[in-house]
Amino acid sequence: MIHELGHFALILAAMVAVVQAVIPLIGAQKRWPGWMAMAEPAATAQFLLTAGAFAALTHAFVTSDFSVRLVYANSHTLKPMLYKISGVWGNHEGSMLLWLLILTLFGACLAWFGGNLPPGLKARALAVQSAIAVAFFAFILFTSNPFERLDIAGVPFDGRGLNPLLQDPGLALHPPFLYLGYVGLSMAFSFAVAALIEGRVDAAWGRWVRPWTLAAWIFLTIGIALGSWWAYYELGWGGFWFWDPVENASFMPWLLAAALLHSAIVVEKRESLKSWTILLAILAFGFSLIGTFIVRSGVITSVHAFANDPERGVFILLILGVYMGGALTLFAARAGAMEAKGVFGVVSRESALVLNNVFLAVACFVVFIGTIWPLLSELFFERVLSVGPPFFNVAFTPFMMALGAILPIGAMLPWKRAAMGRVVPKLWPAAVLAVAVAGLAWSVQTEKTLLGPVGALLGAWIVVGAVIDVLSRTGRGGSIGARLSRLTRLPRADWGKLTAHAGLGVTMFAIAGLMAWEVEDIRVAQIDEPFAVGGYEITLKQVQDTQGPNYLSTMADIEISRKGRLVTVLHPEKRVYPVAGMPTTEAAIDYRALRDLYVVIGDAQSNGGHTVRTYIKPFTNWIWFGCAMMAFGGLLSLTDRRYRVAAGARKTPKKTDGVPAE
Amino acid sequence: MKRLLIIATVLSGLLFSPVAAVEPSEIMDDPAMETRARIISKNLRCLVCRNESIDESNAGIAKDLRLLVRERLEAGDSNAEVVAFVVDRYGEYVLLRPQTGGSNLLLWGAGPAMLIVALGLSGYYLRRRSRAKPAKVDALSEDEKARLAEILKD
Repeated sequence: MIHELGHFALILAAMVAVVQAVIPLIGAQKRWPGWMAMAEPAATAQFLLTAGAFAALTHAFVTSDFSVRLVYANSHTLKPMLYKISGVWGNHEGSMLLWLLILTLFGACLAWFGGNLPPGLKARALAVQSAIAVAFFAFILFTSNPFERLDIAGVPFDGRGLNPLLQDPGLALHPPFLYLGYVGLSMAFSFAVAALIEGRVDAAWGRWVRPWTLAAWIFLTIGIALGSWWAYYELGWGGFWFWDPVENASFMPWLLAAALLHSAIVVEKRESLKSWTILLAILAFGFSLIGTFIVRSGVITSVHAFANDPERGVFILLILGVYMGGALTLFAARAGAMEAKGVFGVVSRESALVLNNVFLAVACFVVFIGTIWPLLSELFFERVLSVGPPFFNVAFTPFMMALGAILPIGAMLPWKRAAMGRVVPKLWPAAVLAVAVAGLAWSVQTEKTLLGPVGALLGAWIVVGAVIDVLSRTGRGGSIGARLSRLTRLPRADWGKLTAHAGLGVTMFAIAGLMAWEVEDIRVAQIDEPFAVGGYEITLKQVQDTQGPNYLSTMADIEISRKGRLVTVLHPEKRVYPVAGMPTTEAAIDYRALRDLYVVIGDAQSNGGHTVRTYIKPFTNWIWFGCAMMAFGGLLSLTDRRYRVAAGARKTPKKTDGVPAE
Repeated sequence: MKRLLIIATVLSGLLFSPVAAVEPSEIMDDPAMETRARIISKNLRCLVCRNESIDESNAGIAKDLRLLVRERLEAGDSNAEVVAFVVDRYGEYVLLRPQTGGSNLLLWGAGPAMLIVALGLSGYYLRRRSRAKPAKVDALSEDEKARLAEILKD
């Protein structure tokens, strides 16, 4: 019964979406307030109905209702409750429902919190948002209905879904965050299209679109980092990024969202770069759709893939074609009218942000070309080939390095007209420190590679540059106390900028450091015969078979010591899950500030030993720490006073206390 | 939605097994040779896998290829000769780092070409903006004036 109600709620939500996509649009055109205003209750209703459908599906998973095809295929009575719930979105149909839930949630948020938007823009944005929802409601109802029952007599005794790899908290949370990011970009898209329909983009538009984009970007950052971290500890050899098509699918929107965040600043503060920002907003969501297409159509082989179905691929391609085509046509027709107002010199904050956008957008383009090249090459040149990590490492990295190199300078340039001569001297300490750190890295490393020192150079340059930027905001004069007190009064956006930029520096350095200085050792180890890896002494003490709740395990005790002192004892495992019939490797990791010790136990050898893989991975944690800093920096910016004040401006009019221009 | 989807891979029988590949028995005695073998392996694709190099995959064919690479190295081939040998047998599909020749020039050139175009366009834009006359600032509308007064009141 609950199940059928859920199905019904989904269909109702789809109908509400159709109405919401049409009526407010007409209302905004004809200036009929009633028609415009209906968008808000409709958005709320759409969300509540979708939430009801989602709750019903969750109920089916929680109660293990195996008469539902989806539950039968993806769940199992033996699964812990957390994974029964995460199983709801651990499959194509359920994940599309989650996608829709989030899409309608964003629409509802716009209706709830968009109080200070002009009614016309709000109605149009809500209508566009709903139009996207219509397409996905149709997609889910016609090609991937999660509420289908099994077409057999009798209910199966148990389900088939018990993939042990997926029973992991990091992975349970990874998709929802990614969807929040992907779908969050739909808000930027809706605002962009609404503005195009209105034919008007001004500073206020930039201000409204930024928090949504920022939120989407934060979620994408967290989602990507979680997935990467999961791969690191779960896949058994410590890889954290594979340049796999599906990873690229999440990375491209991230890059464009980052570009959009920065260009929207120019719209907000200087009323320039409008048409480019609109285009970016359209493309950012476009890449989210492309990502969906890549994952669910199976046109590009990837380590991750749903049970694909060409029909679904065609459907998503249609959505992509209609929405991108429509939006871009509208853009072509209207973009000319978006006249820039701000005038600025070639050396200015504006120019630096343009350059930021150039690097981010071109980097995204490189990832895009690399991802679809196997397809294009086969179609047009009849060359069947692969594009793997070596290509991306070479073709993508330079743009990120260029971005990192200009970042501290650009971040400190004043608006309108700047002089390099006044900014560069302030950054001398950062440059000197960066060179010193790089020199240190060069002299300490055993193998003379450039990668590590260059990463250290860039990382230190960005981090110290960001700190200097904030310090310089306290002005020149005054005692240390006065400056400190000025520091505490800086708007949160400034701290957000510092944190996020420094986070980028940390991540860049960590990736370079890990890639340059990782130590790997693969050998057959005998019990109680120590061997040395990178200054550590590793001893395999014993290997024993044990039994877990739903798996059999071969567990090793491995002692790691340094200079005769025991550092840690690690217990890597090999597990076999009989129900899934699948072996997994549970690496044992000793997380440390400067390096991770990562050991994996392999097969028993005929001569009595065991394969042991030992990795010493420097700075690995810093990768995700940097990502967390970026996300946290975004959060700080998002909670900046001007957004909070803007939200409740009419109720509590307050005198602004000289918030410095960002 | 990324790695979550491995479930489907598993169901469809393509086992994406999370075990590092190179076995101790494969490792060459000469560490320098072994390093070369590893570098070559990282650039060769496991043919039956989805986007994994032979260095990471534990599929049978990946192991065969790893051994083949080491055999050729032992026979005195240079790195390039080893790669050419493998490509001769399995086609360029096996290369994770695509060749630069022919139509692939488009692939390799795309980034730099786009950068030049983007720099050109933004340079043009910036010059125009720096020479433009400041736009006339719109006077505040009645609504906006009222709002401003409200804000400034206290």
